[in-house]
Amino acid sequence: MVKVLILYAPGINCNLETKIAFQTCGANVNEITIRRLEQKPSKLLSYDILVLPGGFSYGDSISSGKILSVYFKEFLRETVLDFLKRNTLVLGICNGFQVLLKSGLLGNGVTLTENANGRFEDRWVSLRVTDSNCVFTKGLNIIELPVAHREGRVIVEDVKYNRVLAYIGDNDEPIMEYPYNPNGSNNAIAGICDNTGRIFGLMPHPERFFLSNQYPGMWKDGIPHGMRIIKNAVDWVRERKV
Amino acid sequence: MRRIEIKRKDKIRGERIKQDMHDLGLSANSVEVLDVYLLYGDITDKQFEKIVEIVMDSVYEEWGLFEFPENARVIEIALNPGVMDPVAIDSLEVARKLGIKLDGIKILKKYIFYDTDDKTINLAKGRILLNPLIQHVVKGEEKLEGKIESKQKTPTVDLPSMNSEELLQLSRTMGLFLNQEEMKVISIYFSKEGKNPTIAELETFGILWSEHCSHKTMRGNVKILNLGAERKPRTFTKVRGGSEIRNLLKSTIMKVTEELKKPWVLSAFKDNAGIIEFNDKYAVCFKVETHNHPSALEPFGGSATGIGGVIRDILGCGLGAKPIANTDIFCVGNLDQSYSSLLKGVLHPRRILRGIVAGVADYGNKMGIPTINGSVTYHRDYTTNPLVYCGCIGMMPKNTVDKQVNNGDLVILVGGKTGRDGIHGATFSSGVMDETTQSEFGSAVQIGDPLREKNLLDALLIAREKALYNSITDCGAGGICTSVSELAEGIGVEVQLENVPLKYKGLSPTEIWVSESQERMVLAASGKNLKELKRVFDEYGSELTVIGRFVNSNRVKVRYKEKVICDIDLKFLIHGMPKIAKKALLPIKKDRGEGSKKIDKKFDKNLDVILMKMLSHPDIASKEWIVRQYDHEVQGATVIKPLNADAAVLKPLFIEGNKGIVVAHGLAPFYEDSYNNAASSLDEAVRNICATGGDPSQIALLDNFSWGNPEDQENMGKLVRACEALYDVAIVYSMPFISGKDSLYNEYESKNGKQSVPPTILVSGIGIIDDVNKTVTQNIKFLGNPVYIIGHTYPELGNSLLHRILQFSDGEEPDIRPERAIELYKRLYMSIKEGMVVSCHDCSEGGFGVALAEMCFGSGFGLQINLDNIPSSGLREPFSILFSESNSRFILEVDIKKKYEFEDIMTGVSYAQIGDVISTNKLIINNLLNIDITKLETKWKSKKL
Repeated sequence: MVKVLILYAPGINCNLETKIAFQTCGANVNEITIRRLEQKPSKLLSYDILVLPGGFSYGDSISSGKILSVYFKEFLRETVLDFLKRNTLVLGICNGFQVLLKSGLLGNGVTLTENANGRFEDRWVSLRVTDSNCVFTKGLNIIELPVAHREGRVIVEDVKYNRVLAYIGDNDEPIMEYPYNPNGSNNAIAGICDNTGRIFGLMPHPERFFLSNQYPGMWKDGIPHGMRIIKNAVDWVRERKV
Repeated sequence: MRRIEIKRKDKIRGERIKQDMHDLGLSANSVEVLDVYLLYGDITDKQFEKIVEIVMDSVYEEWGLFEFPENARVIEIALNPGVMDPVAIDSLEVARKLGIKLDGIKILKKYIFYDTDDKTINLAKGRILLNPLIQHVVKGEEKLEGKIESKQKTPTVDLPSMNSEELLQLSRTMGLFLNQEEMKVISIYFSKEGKNPTIAELETFGILWSEHCSHKTMRGNVKILNLGAERKPRTFTKVRGGSEIRNLLKSTIMKVTEELKKPWVLSAFKDNAGIIEFNDKYAVCFKVETHNHPSALEPFGGSATGIGGVIRDILGCGLGAKPIANTDIFCVGNLDQSYSSLLKGVLHPRRILRGIVAGVADYGNKMGIPTINGSVTYHRDYTTNPLVYCGCIGMMPKNTVDKQVNNGDLVILVGGKTGRDGIHGATFSSGVMDETTQSEFGSAVQIGDPLREKNLLDALLIAREKALYNSITDCGAGGICTSVSELAEGIGVEVQLENVPLKYKGLSPTEIWVSESQERMVLAASGKNLKELKRVFDEYGSELTVIGRFVNSNRVKVRYKEKVICDIDLKFLIHGMPKIAKKALLPIKKDRGEGSKKIDKKFDKNLDVILMKMLSHPDIASKEWIVRQYDHEVQGATVIKPLNADAAVLKPLFIEGNKGIVVAHGLAPFYEDSYNNAASSLDEAVRNICATGGDPSQIALLDNFSWGNPEDQENMGKLVRACEALYDVAIVYSMPFISGKDSLYNEYESKNGKQSVPPTILVSGIGIIDDVNKTVTQNIKFLGNPVYIIGHTYPELGNSLLHRILQFSDGEEPDIRPERAIELYKRLYMSIKEGMVVSCHDCSEGGFGVALAEMCFGSGFGLQINLDNIPSSGLREPFSILFSESNSRFILEVDIKKKYEFEDIMTGVSYAQIGDVISTNKLIINNLLNIDITKLETKWKSKKL
């Protein structure tokens, strides 16, 4: 059985749909509060996938995901590094992505800030998957998912990073222009993966597109794209366990 | 005190201020915005560096104590003492958790203007940057206030010795808004009790007997002064006997529910929200509130706490429901109004609209509840009194609908801490506003803290699942005073106020008792569950405190330490208010003439100009700029999203099967006759649900009135007529009302006289839908499909959008023909369910013409329409046919393969095929109009803030 830990922190709000999406893919999912995990970090070590779901952890006070990333670094860093030594995966969605970036798990010199228009933005976007070793995006090319955030603009200093998801325009090329690129992200970055391909963070919400009736309009193109991202993760662990 | 100034590496925030200034005709060369953290307390340099690391982003920001050149002018803005700052609270908590012992943190906004004169900066400050009710410009050193002293001193009032005049004067000076008769009854009560009331006791009466809490107008009697007046357009029910209506609400709106006896209505007009059955396991509840007065003074805080308040209604409904969706409906003044025309103390409609949208977005999004339905209506008479309606829908297991406080249960306060914010909110919203309102009731303004409420929500739903408490209600208007008194009804309660956790020192006991600080609720729980309750609330970061006990005394007894500050007979407090009959003058029927005679042939040639004008009218223009700021998809349940259809459809993920919920609303304040206005609002709500595929036999309704001063006899007459209209239509539609709320006194007094809002009735509808996949959106979908209109068009252009644009004041307003309408809705439901209809849109403001254009937007197709076949009476001119606003009409795109089946279903009601979907992206109407959809769409999308 693939075991998934969904980390609940105050202000997180996409935990339920993330849980149901993973369950739909056959995973065994537990939701654990940060308070419990801080008390006993070793709990994490019995899981295969750690998911940081979307929402506004600690109200996004100071900046999005910042306070949770501080706690992550202060209280959970060692355990997470131990966790990663095994064949495990980490997925950060929206606020979870913000936490991964600000706690340095996806490298330094990259961060997320307010959308260029200064406003929260809920819309469906087209994305292109870059061919890479990222476990989560295997077999995907052009996909559609919804974004919903106020701080999703990726800012990169001059560093190497692994862009696996890019906002694209009508010609399927990465784009800076609003509303295709809904937040003004540098280099049209929508998602980043670490070098191992096992830690993945993205602004769009795969858990909001695991059922065909979540798509605006009629969906006829097979497995919903969000489902494919989540399924990739669950299948990858399952194959390694057999 | 140490100081951290944080600067971002780009100037986007400053550019935005510059743009806002530009919109006001002010110019600045360049503007910079900095965040300033003030750290109070003794900390080491190392600890200081740690805090810098926490509050600053090292990639995107830099910190320092910056110096600015000579051409720069700097102002710093801080929150007033007692105004809550969630970011400061949370930052302090992180620091403390990391072992840094700070006394406090304050956060300032620092604005730097380059090459800008003082006059411009002052205007920008007044119109954009500062609201003196909650903020001030920093002068000198900003202090951390640990204690904010109460001004209240007087312990008791010698009420029994006062004469009527003095009683009324006391009511005024204390801001109780109680009238002479009510004050007299209270005075007699205290004489009998043999004591002089305390301030807290008088405040308690002021709150529980306020219009806001007791709805004494709607639940009171009405004396009709002109019974013989003809009731236009007609009254379906027999004219009620006599000139006195006993309990207006009960004899109209609630009567619908009572007479219909729907078995699926589980609770109506009793709890914090109305409750209907969803399936054999679950129930759905729905409540809509107004938060008008606070939003007029502080738009962001007003709407945020509005949404926060209605969410707590849902959390406090039954034993607590899980909120699954929010709605928001705004009415504001015209955006292009000049600043010079604004009355003193009134904010500009642009600032109000931006603020209330941002408030809902911030609070609703952070609560993780999708905002799925809403609208904005503009009218000059909303300038001084903007309306903000906030709704929330929840789901709960059916066995948690009932609650019961037991003798001996603990009174438990959960959620946020108590401060001086929101004192007098209940009474303040029960009176009219004027230019002194700002200074007198500034304390009624509140800032929301969504994180505190989210923690409360999460903890509460776990505690409910574990059945750890027996009853619950929210702290809304009147705070602990109202919620504890209401919960204690039929039992009695003793409260110890010194146990209430405070935000800062210095509150008087009375202030603690009546404070309306947000994010708090009250539970009644058995002592044996206290330990587990504490564990759950602690795990989810929410505070929980025992503040008293429910005891069999039938009294509200409140102490601060040893001192009794309030001791009142509960039965008298809740039921002792004298019933006062308000006087009403019914509106007299006016002959409005046929209207539209002036529209002759010459207009026909300008159809494109007129249509574009209508599409760019703010009421019609796309609200996409607002909708996108709301998370409408969190919880993953939004099957039909806003922007796509007349109603939203939800299928909660935690429910098995395809059953779902459909939600919509209607609002037609532009119709002058309150009967037409109410009937059309109701019809629009139902139409919107049916256009999406809702089942007309499973719809429940909510009413929300926003009215001018009910002491005015004509206002009262209009209210009576509106209530009658809701009864007349709902009874025929067989749709029960399950909840409602009225906000009267939406009036502003100034030297130039009184300005009140147009009578505004919001009707919200919620329907249960058997299969969420059998629903339709509004945009046309397949080339070659036939397009139909169903419903009959009459010469009803009075106060229509066309007439308002052309400034014509004549013409009959839309009537309602409920028997015919409901027949149509049933057939529409069948045809959508059977998959015959692929898209559907109702005709409302702007009529048939506007609806046609809206169906084309974003579709990639066009429509070829022939007006000749439209079923209508008394209409010839194409303009009248296109823009009449007759109720109960829809445009449908029908699957060409099911055309004949569809026509079979519609036989016997007014319907006609009026055209087809065409491949060119054009709207073509006879030989009158041939226009590119993109041209229309650009106009439609041209209005945004």
